[in-house]
Amino acid sequence: MFKILKYSFYDLMRSSWSYVYLGFYLLLGIVLLFLNNDLSKAIITLMNVIIVLVPLIGTIFGVMYYYNSKEFTELLLAQPVKRSSIFLGQYLGVSISLSMSLVLGLGLPFVAYGLFRSNAIWDFSLLLIVGIFLTFIFSALAFNIALSNENKIKGFGYAILMWLLLAVVYDGLFLVSLILFEDYPLDKLSLIATMLNPIDLSRTLIILKLDISALLGYTGAVFKQFFGTSFGLIISFIMLLIWVLLPVLRIIIKSKRKDF
Amino acid sequence: MKIPFCVLFVLISTCFAAAKTITICKAGCDFKSIQTAVDSSKSSDSLFIKAGLYKESNIVIYKKSLHISGEKGTVIDTQNHGYGFSVEATDIVIKNLTIKNIEISYTKEYAAILLFKSYDFAIENVRVDNAFFGFLIQKSKDGLIKNNTISGDGKAEADSGNAIHLWHCENIKIIDNDVRRMRDGIYLEFGNSSYIANNYSTENMRYGLHFMFSNDNTYENNIFEFNGAGVAVMFSKRIKMYENIFKKNWGTASYGILLKEINDAELKHNIFEDNTIGINADGTNRITYTENTFKNNGYAIKVHGACYDNIYSRNNFLYNSFDLSYSGKLNSNKFESNYWSNYTGYDLDKDGIGDVPYRPVKLFSYLVNRTPESIVLLRSLFIDIIDFSEKVSPVFTPENLIDNQPLMHQVTW
Repeated sequence: MFKILKYSFYDLMRSSWSYVYLGFYLLLGIVLLFLNNDLSKAIITLMNVIIVLVPLIGTIFGVMYYYNSKEFTELLLAQPVKRSSIFLGQYLGVSISLSMSLVLGLGLPFVAYGLFRSNAIWDFSLLLIVGIFLTFIFSALAFNIALSNENKIKGFGYAILMWLLLAVVYDGLFLVSLILFEDYPLDKLSLIATMLNPIDLSRTLIILKLDISALLGYTGAVFKQFFGTSFGLIISFIMLLIWVLLPVLRIIIKSKRKDF
Repeated sequence: MKIPFCVLFVLISTCFAAAKTITICKAGCDFKSIQTAVDSSKSSDSLFIKAGLYKESNIVIYKKSLHISGEKGTVIDTQNHGYGFSVEATDIVIKNLTIKNIEISYTKEYAAILLFKSYDFAIENVRVDNAFFGFLIQKSKDGLIKNNTISGDGKAEADSGNAIHLWHCENIKIIDNDVRRMRDGIYLEFGNSSYIANNYSTENMRYGLHFMFSNDNTYENNIFEFNGAGVAVMFSKRIKMYENIFKKNWGTASYGILLKEINDAELKHNIFEDNTIGINADGTNRITYTENTFKNNGYAIKVHGACYDNIYSRNNFLYNSFDLSYSGKLNSNKFESNYWSNYTGYDLDKDGIGDVPYRPVKLFSYLVNRTPESIVLLRSLFIDIIDFSEKVSPVFTPENLIDNQPLMHQVTW
């Protein structure tokens, strides 16, 4: 598996897309910090970018990489290598290289800005951790979609659709249902609905840090326990882990049964 | 001519002779107990309590102008029994003491120092530990409360009192005090024309500073942190609030300032940071908010009904989750020339004023008011999209609630 991982990783490192991605984050970080000169504002903008863009790029990269390396995968399948290690290796190669672009691209400008001396370091590291989680989750979901669809166009379509659903439509439906059922107690429902969408989950983790004062304005024991203590933080991280593990598990199962 | 002069001389010399200093200590002084010293003193005497622990309570001073002072290490332990000092006298001074262990009662307001109908008083450098009420000052005038430290240990609002409580008082100066872990830090009930400055009020269960039916007061340069609400100003007129700092008042009913039924007040140069709600305004008229900074609050300003003729100008609104939440119509309130960190307009003529008006009320704040649980959707892309569409064509938010001259740069003062 590690050999395949290494190969995928170096392959991606050589691809220009990784550099474009890295360059984009570098540019974003530099513009935010050095032209804006306001760390709080930079962190908020960064949050919006990470929550929307990281899943999108993870999805597209994952699907693209799977379809592009299909011939190589078929070649590998002819060798005495375990199927799960082929796909896991590829998956890890994609997500690790994407995560590295993210961390380097955003980290370098921040380090240059003097992040270690500012107290925003925790907010910033949380952002990066959430970004890494999102990369892993969405590349895994993308691999799942690609594994289930032989047709490239269909695969891409479904992947984009999935991103659109989770990033935008889900929140819309969520909001509508909250307003429709506003006569009922909704605090548990809203927290559960948050947990079921990795993007919402990451957003919650970040607003726990950035907007805690607004969150504590709501009167409700469940909310208070969730947002007021470290309980929310721990549960959110566990859920994020589950969100990584489940799609990865499906990659393993699906790849074993798939007929090439 | 000579005789009146002699009389005068005699008068003055007898006066000076009368104003003597009485010392109190465990051994070798004029008295051992504070109460007996007080009883045998005359008006305008000075009592000096030397260092040591005095287990006394309910020390009554009745119609005697005394100057009571202690030194470092003078401790009066009331042993959870009644008041510390109970005073009804004019021209009274109490300073340099520690009073501790005030009895908690559900029927009586036991205080370390109770002043009743006292004029021209001064309480300075008094430390009250484990207080129920700190200083309870009733029907008094022209006093100075300076440099005191009062701390309590109450668990709930019901079994704790206020650090400095004025009732029917006038012209009191409350300066440089440190009040913590009480119900209210400083409470003015029917307290008029008073001046409150440089105090530090923290961890109080209810309010850091509380005005009720109190007019013409000024408070400035105070710091209010971690209180239930920083300051509550209710049913009062003409309050001036300058250069105070309101920080980290977190919770479901926590505010930097709670304004309720107040008129003609002025807020200037205050800083609101990390509060759940910076200012909660309900039934306020003719208030000017000038050059305040609201930073990282949940809501910078929450305006409820019945607010008329309030003017918000030259304030900084920085990175609040919501800048403004508004109920009802605009009602002749004005938002003009503020700096909004969320403003995305441009300034083509470079005059420092944005060319596009700013709408401080987001649709989402309207939604959160209606369905509080939707707060979990804060900063979601979908919410940004509906906020944007509301900004372009307002349907739910008051259409004329706009800052027509949003500033491009932070206001400095």
